[in-house]
Amino acid sequence: MIIGMGIVTFIPRMLPFIMFRGKELPPFLQGVLKNVPYATLGALIFPAVLYIQEDIWYGVIGALAAFVVAFLGANVIVVVMGSIAVLSAYSLFF
Amino acid sequence: MENVMSINQGSEFKKGLHAGISIAIGYVPVALTFGLLAKTTGLSIGETVMMSMIVFAGASQYMSLSLIALGTGIVEIILTTFIVNIRHFLMAASLNEKVEFDRVINRIVYSFGITDETFSVAATQPGKLSTGYMFGLNLIAYASWVMGSGIGFAIGAGLPATLQQSMSIALYAMFIGLLVPSMKQGVKVIFLAALAACFNSVFTMTEWLSTGWAIVAATLLSAVLVELIEIMKKKGKVSGVE
Repeated sequence: MIIGMGIVTFIPRMLPFIMFRGKELPPFLQGVLKNVPYATLGALIFPAVLYIQEDIWYGVIGALAAFVVAFLGANVIVVVMGSIAVLSAYSLFF
Repeated sequence: MENVMSINQGSEFKKGLHAGISIAIGYVPVALTFGLLAKTTGLSIGETVMMSMIVFAGASQYMSLSLIALGTGIVEIILTTFIVNIRHFLMAASLNEKVEFDRVINRIVYSFGITDETFSVAATQPGKLSTGYMFGLNLIAYASWVMGSGIGFAIGAGLPATLQQSMSIALYAMFIGLLVPSMKQGVKVIFLAALAACFNSVFTMTEWLSTGWAIVAATLLSAVLVELIEIMKKKGKVSGVE
């Protein structure tokens, strides 16, 4: 079962590197694929971030903290640490 | 020449490792909990670590545990795994446009390590991606995931409750930390992310689609829509000149 799960996980990850190898895709598709990372990030963050704990404010505050720290220009690791710190403080008080 | 190449790849490898640190941190609570849950579901430590080594996909591993607990058949578990992870096809196709030319075997090896998180870090990197970088990035994420699962099983506990709770934000904070600097580049990025977030909310909250498909559909829809809008804008400008 585990090996089967591994195979079906690996196939979609690996296939594009073989299918599109050395091929110039049509410009429209290239454009779409360039858009994919930012769209993916949007979809990965929301709405899942609201459900990380039963208390919906947990996700809201954590995400806001991350946004502020990131907006100030901090490195990603600092963003992660900062938002963990803010939530630790939040759970101490509430 | 050979020497210069390998030194270059070495520093690229380190760059990848460095870029993956926040993933490694973010995986800790998730991997520890997976190990712990696998134990309570009745898997052996060997099976638990093997699953993390061979599958390396958080969401579907969690899902398989609940399916095992429900007594679901093997075929159904494998099929569910496939559906949950099909979104990586889109991510891999996007990365394929961004990596530097290399032998196909290297690409196949590092493509094994594509997850939501490694993809997000790699894809928001400026410029082309080297093979060394991809190996470094995926390796540190992989190591954290596999070791975390094993440790979670062995000690039979996660982190202290408060820390576990606050660390559950880690991966989302990382996604935000990757997205925000790109947002400063232009409205297009903001629009793409916001649109995909809206689509995804609609798909998941109305329960039209399962989480895996919802992410695929939301990503594709917004990436295509924004590209179409951009083309129309360009055409509008051209005909305006005429």
